[in-house]
Amino acid sequence: MPTMPAAPLPPNPDPVLNQPITPELVKKHGVLPEEYAAIVEALGRPPTLTELGIFSVMWSEHCSYKNTRPLLKGFPTEKLGPTADFGRVLVKAGEENAGIIDVGEGWAIAFKIESHNHPSAVEPFEGAATGVGGIIRDIFTMGARPVLLTNSLRFGELSSPVTRRLFRGVVAGIAHYGNCVGVPTVGGDVYFDRSYEGNPLVNALCLGTLRHDQIRRGAATGTGNPVYYVGAATGRDGLGGAAFASKELSEESQADRPAVQKGDPFMEKLLIEACLEMMAVPGLVVGIQDMGAAGLTCSTCETASRGGTGIEIELDRVPQRETGMNSYEIMLSESQERMLVIVQKGREREIEAVFAKWDLHAALVGSVTDTGRMVVRQHGITVADIPAPALTDQAPVYQRDAREPAYLAVTRAWTPAGLPDLDAAGLRDALPRLLAHPTIASKRWVYRQYDHIVQHGTAVEPGSDAAVVRLRLGDREKFIAIANDCNGRYCYLNPHRGALIAMVECLRNVVCSGATPLAMTDNLNFGNPYKPEAFFALKECVRGLAEACRFFDVPVVGGNVSLYNESREGAIDPTPTVAIVGLIEDERHITRQFARAAGDRLILLGGAPCELGGSQFLGLFHGLKTGDAPAVDMPAEKRLQDFLLAQIKAGAIAAAHDLSEGGLLVAAAEMLFGAAPLGADIDLSALAAPRLDALLFGESQGRVIVAVPPARAAAALADAASRGVPAADIGAVAAGGTLSLRTGVAEAAWPVAELRRAWETAIEEAMKRPGLD
Amino acid sequence: MNIAVIQFPGSNGDQDTFHLFASGLGLPTRYVWHKDATLGGADLVALPGGFAHGDYLRCGAIARFSPIMAAIRAHAANGGLVYGICNGFQILCEAGLLPGALIRNACLEFRCVMCDLSVEPSTAAFSPAALGPSIRLPISHGEGNYRIDDAGLSRLEANRQVLLRYARNPNGSIGSIAGIRNERGNVFGMMPHPDRAFERFHASRDGLAVARAVLASRFPELEKRTA
Repeated sequence: MPTMPAAPLPPNPDPVLNQPITPELVKKHGVLPEEYAAIVEALGRPPTLTELGIFSVMWSEHCSYKNTRPLLKGFPTEKLGPTADFGRVLVKAGEENAGIIDVGEGWAIAFKIESHNHPSAVEPFEGAATGVGGIIRDIFTMGARPVLLTNSLRFGELSSPVTRRLFRGVVAGIAHYGNCVGVPTVGGDVYFDRSYEGNPLVNALCLGTLRHDQIRRGAATGTGNPVYYVGAATGRDGLGGAAFASKELSEESQADRPAVQKGDPFMEKLLIEACLEMMAVPGLVVGIQDMGAAGLTCSTCETASRGGTGIEIELDRVPQRETGMNSYEIMLSESQERMLVIVQKGREREIEAVFAKWDLHAALVGSVTDTGRMVVRQHGITVADIPAPALTDQAPVYQRDAREPAYLAVTRAWTPAGLPDLDAAGLRDALPRLLAHPTIASKRWVYRQYDHIVQHGTAVEPGSDAAVVRLRLGDREKFIAIANDCNGRYCYLNPHRGALIAMVECLRNVVCSGATPLAMTDNLNFGNPYKPEAFFALKECVRGLAEACRFFDVPVVGGNVSLYNESREGAIDPTPTVAIVGLIEDERHITRQFARAAGDRLILLGGAPCELGGSQFLGLFHGLKTGDAPAVDMPAEKRLQDFLLAQIKAGAIAAAHDLSEGGLLVAAAEMLFGAAPLGADIDLSALAAPRLDALLFGESQGRVIVAVPPARAAAALADAASRGVPAADIGAVAAGGTLSLRTGVAEAAWPVAELRRAWETAIEEAMKRPGLD
Repeated sequence: MNIAVIQFPGSNGDQDTFHLFASGLGLPTRYVWHKDATLGGADLVALPGGFAHGDYLRCGAIARFSPIMAAIRAHAANGGLVYGICNGFQILCEAGLLPGALIRNACLEFRCVMCDLSVEPSTAAFSPAALGPSIRLPISHGEGNYRIDDAGLSRLEANRQVLLRYARNPNGSIGSIAGIRNERGNVFGMMPHPDRAFERFHASRDGLAVARAVLASRFPELEKRTA
């Protein structure tokens, strides 16, 4: 719809709002001079202060993706090949708050991951809590009932008291919110690395279920339809949070505390129930959107823009919990637990009745228009009048410069030739030390604080390769497997390959649990895009993710970009976090990583290429973060995953565990940490190995250890051979509590109980020391 | 047999408790909204887990003022079965239908873990003879630290009102108490979750036996039928 140039706005009696827009004021809003010129052009006049604020948040990276949009276009958003009974994309990435995938029988899932890194750095508890709240709203906004949460966390080294304070606060914040709202936190990943010191990453994912006919859109349609504001009242908290998230953290960031919101999970719980109840009434809700980043501003202009309409709101009707808030503050507030709902005209009573039942506000704040403009009034004066598309589709887009960082030439050329190999004593010591490294160690300290069993659908609890959750789809049951992953160390050493690894490993985790991968959501956590080296990493990682998505035909259903992740130490390791959801149609196919019976053969799939680059071993024993990331062979990976899934479905696999951080021996040990007290006898003497350390602790990709009942082992090995999957019988699960190892050059044995203690208590022990307050 | 599961606005274990009885035991089960005034002829009233009214102040402190509580009190006074799980247990204590109180876990953190529990000799249906000496149920709470004064504790022990004790105390509860009943034997409360231990894929399915034991306190024929 064509939009008319804006009429000049009347002077505002409030001197703050009426102040002339100076270059300093523009700069303070993080708006570039050329962007300001574009604003003046879009409006046909200089903006008011309120309008400048609105543009600054909508054109921030957080809302506009202005530095990443061209890159993200490379992601496949639909299945490329034919779909079976499930897996079709029903709502594509970028169309709505979250993408939606068909899971068959007329049912679907909506899921998405989102970051809350900057708020968590400044105020870990509230920052993380509101991150969970925000992503849950993105899901139920689509009409879906949230059924699970996961999160992906990155911190500095646990030896730092600052890290411990952040870690404790973030975990407690996630627990506080997720536990109260009643959505189980079933899985996640946590890495500890110096590069995240002072700039932790907090990425939260939510998944919900819905019937196809329950899908809702965030579009304001139907001229004259009333616009409702529901949920919590607006305060001054979270003012300009989207803009805050779009700059680097600094000494002054603590002064940005008012930009961190406070969460109220009980309010969120009421909103979930009330909104789902309201959306279940046929024809009542026309459009719905949560007020997340950029609050009332974003929800109004985005719904109008999607609907191809205009929207008018009256701020005097907005519930406010503080007095004297001006239009700038109300429009930019990021107070939590608020939704915008567009209702079918004439049915106002029905929505008000639903919200009264749940003791919630439902305030009529405006209406849908046919002007294509977003018009905001306060105290009888128009304070903003902006063509809605200028804020959304017409936001600036930049192609940033990319330059390969100089260090890559050095790290890529590194070889382990100068390093002494492990000897027998070193080997004995290395395994428990690696198992006790916080990145590898059990995350029990974390997940025992999360309610991971509410809704009673959790079939595989946190601690295995992927979490598995039962979905009730009418009177049918199916199971969802979900894993998230990203090793930033690999991305630092080779951004493109690191991103491929994030994808293939996440897929492997999902397949190890018995699931057919459906789709992925990603959270791109990077440094300042204006720095060509940081932009290079971003570009290369996105290229890698997109390539792997196409190869495995796994569409991207949505995601989030978090840039400016830098602190005094410099940029974080590039961290394109990937979360993949898979479907298990038959409960009997659910597979865990834990060995179940003595005598089962242990089969290593994928061989032993003995790469040491980027490994935890190099970091822990040699203080090195160098070498190239492990090689990725996608066709081989695909063969492996197809084989594994076929064997699981044939009932031949008792346990399957992906090889990742810590490599072969760590994975073998981890398979013994289940409910049954078991050991293993492992013999690697048949494997050719130039170095012992690389054989045992190298992190080559495309590998899985499976436990197979002895009667099925020969057939499994034969099937692997016929499919071109390298497979080697490396020993058996044993009844005694000992892990014994034999290689061509060394022998060692460990009591499993001792290994388990090291692995299980490492984080708990570290967290006994008080954090810095 | 007719089960009523109360829904407070912040209940989040309501589906769990519903399905324990409906899917797990196959009994007619329905929800009752906390603003309702009547139970509609329920044989057992179940108060599920969650955060009834946000519970920022004290768990269950506001829920006892919900309109449905008058009907629940009357039901209990008539000898009807009342069963609180987790937040439901907290509410029953706040409402005075069970003795004692639940405060913040001694570790000051939320705990979601599987627990080994010893079954105490309490009633014919709730005894080691009926349920076995120990069972496994998960806990999932931040405020499950059971407290009661010395006199109250002596009465609980003397009357055999303790149903379950933790083998390894996860929250600091006095006497490792995980669940209790009232003196009369018709009001039950426990922090562990039988409603999350009954599906085929759950790590324990002992929740079914626990739910049966509660019901059998009033309906011994059920115990025989489903044993």
